Amino acid sequence: MTETLLALSQGFAIALTPINLLWCLFGVTLGTAIGVLPGLGPAVTIALLLPITFKVEATAAFILFAGIYYGAMYGGSTTSILVNTPGESATIVTALEGHQMAKRGRGAQALSTAAIGSFVAGTFGTAGIAFLGPVVVDMALKFGPAEYFALMVLAFVTVSAVLGNSAVRGLTALFFGLSLGLIGVDNQTGQARLTFGITELLDGLDVTQVAVGLFAVGETMWLCSRYRAGQDEVIAIKGSLWMSAQDWSRSWKAWIRGALIGFPIGALPAGGAEVPTFLSYYVEKKLSKHPEEFGQGAIEGVAGPEAANNASAAGVLVPMLTLGLPTSATAAIMLSAFQSYGIQPGPLLLQNQPQLVWGLIASLFIGNIMLLVLNLPLVGIWVKLLKIPAPLLYAGILIFATIGAYNKSGSPIDILILYLVGIVGFFMRKYDFPTAPVIIGMILGPFAEQALRQAMTISQGDWTVLATRPLAGSILAVAVLAMIGPRLWQMASRAR
Amino acid sequence: MEQRQGRGELAIGIGVLALAGVILWQAGTIPSPPYAQMGPRVALYIIGGGLALLGAALAFTAAAGRWRAEIDADAGPPDLRALAWLGGALVINIMVIEKLGFIIASTIMFALIARAFGSMKLLRDGAIGLAIALTAYLGFDKLLGIRIGAGILEGIL
Repeated sequence: MTETLLALSQGFAIALTPINLLWCLFGVTLGTAIGVLPGLGPAVTIALLLPITFKVEATAAFILFAGIYYGAMYGGSTTSILVNTPGESATIVTALEGHQMAKRGRGAQALSTAAIGSFVAGTFGTAGIAFLGPVVVDMALKFGPAEYFALMVLAFVTVSAVLGNSAVRGLTALFFGLSLGLIGVDNQTGQARLTFGITELLDGLDVTQVAVGLFAVGETMWLCSRYRAGQDEVIAIKGSLWMSAQDWSRSWKAWIRGALIGFPIGALPAGGAEVPTFLSYYVEKKLSKHPEEFGQGAIEGVAGPEAANNASAAGVLVPMLTLGLPTSATAAIMLSAFQSYGIQPGPLLLQNQPQLVWGLIASLFIGNIMLLVLNLPLVGIWVKLLKIPAPLLYAGILIFATIGAYNKSGSPIDILILYLVGIVGFFMRKYDFPTAPVIIGMILGPFAEQALRQAMTISQGDWTVLATRPLAGSILAVAVLAMIGPRLWQMASRAR
Repeated sequence: MEQRQGRGELAIGIGVLALAGVILWQAGTIPSPPYAQMGPRVALYIIGGGLALLGAALAFTAAAGRWRAEIDADAGPPDLRALAWLGGALVINIMVIEKLGFIIASTIMFALIARAFGSMKLLRDGAIGLAIALTAYLGFDKLLGIRIGAGILEGIL
């Protein structure tokens, strides 16, 4: 406890240097902007900024990336309240009540409760990282490769098969990502895999190309195929942003409940902000003294899910920083930034890179304060971004997407690969396949193979260790349960 | 119409099966060193096998008519004309970016994509595209020290 506070104070010393404050401000501002704009998410933005890892030291880069990550959560709620086109699946719930409030002239209060709730939950979640992180690390240091492999399998199952509409489609996306991760020279045996004799593929596919291709190019193609002239109406903010005493009293409990729901679910190696936001919405609806307002702009329905969303976003950083286990596309891309610095993610990160981890956590506290200012008094600026016409927005997005591929090698082949991945993304969108498992599988797959190999080396090729080591076996059992449990439940309730 | 809709889904299932086939075939071509406990092929077999099962499941549910993934079927058929403009923009970009350089190629691409999204103001779009491409190029070059390829305008800047 005191150790954590001491480490945290050293983290603040790092985060409060002028240069790191600037990186943080740049990150949260950019994050808010891309959160507000449809079509660009934090995963794509961080992927496009990965080249700066060659220029900037690691702490600064991660302060920037985390700022973008947090900022996008704040920005996304503005769009879902004022336009009702949720940029991210996590803000679907915010749009339910938030947009109704906006339609009834209470948009300002919806934005306020969303921003303050995000701040409360973000601060709570960041404190959660600081105090839970070292605990998880202590446990994780006892893990062997078999346990790691089991944890990764659990993460694979939960991100692909438990969330989303279809386990088969989620797993297909995951396995597709795993196969992309295998492309290139196997770093243990030196054998080329899935390269088909193409020299460019020996180094493997670039995560930037795949993330930007799937999320930005594929999304643009999808929207283009169904875009009919005419734009979503942006509801103007009327009146003062101040919430009435009644708004406050209805909001603050929802914020706290949302944060308490969101953080643990985010911190489990399961990820996904959909579950906590929907859960929080459901809880608020049950507990509200005004259940009749739900569906017509109940402020609790904005406050709770927004808090849950931000707390779970903070929670996702716990397995990312302590286990090297990303459970969202954005976290997966941050993990690839570690690789680019040659930093080994995992439980030793906290020991080997304390200034990075604690500086990052401290700057998240600071970033939250900046975001509150950026998103309340200055919300009007972001609303203007929503007025950018779609043709210009998406044409611009593709220019930036192309940069991401072209500056890798200056070869049009890389642009071609980017656009081909975009076509895959288009069909995945069209046939309702989730795309995040592709990125997670691609980044985490090689780590899983490495852990499995180490486990096999230790056990001298005995595969049963995965089941007989108590911890590894139980984690794998949970993974199996998570996969088939919901389906058994469904069958049981149908049979009744 | 019902019949026609299931075809895309079936094609996806078969495509996944084909991908699984390619991975398994590639796995067979890799020599496995005898000293490794887990050689380079194992992961390919696991993933290829998994994809084969998943592809079979997708194809089966599609053929049985139990999979209709099309989101918002009421939105109508895809706008092929718009997609053609977009596709053209991307193909042209790949073809000219080496000769003309990033800035000019991006300007052309920007105008064509804006057209795909229904904008009719070609000159305005071109001007905005040029401004964005220039800003992006200079931003990456001056702030991050990353040159985005060489080209006509890039040589002058």
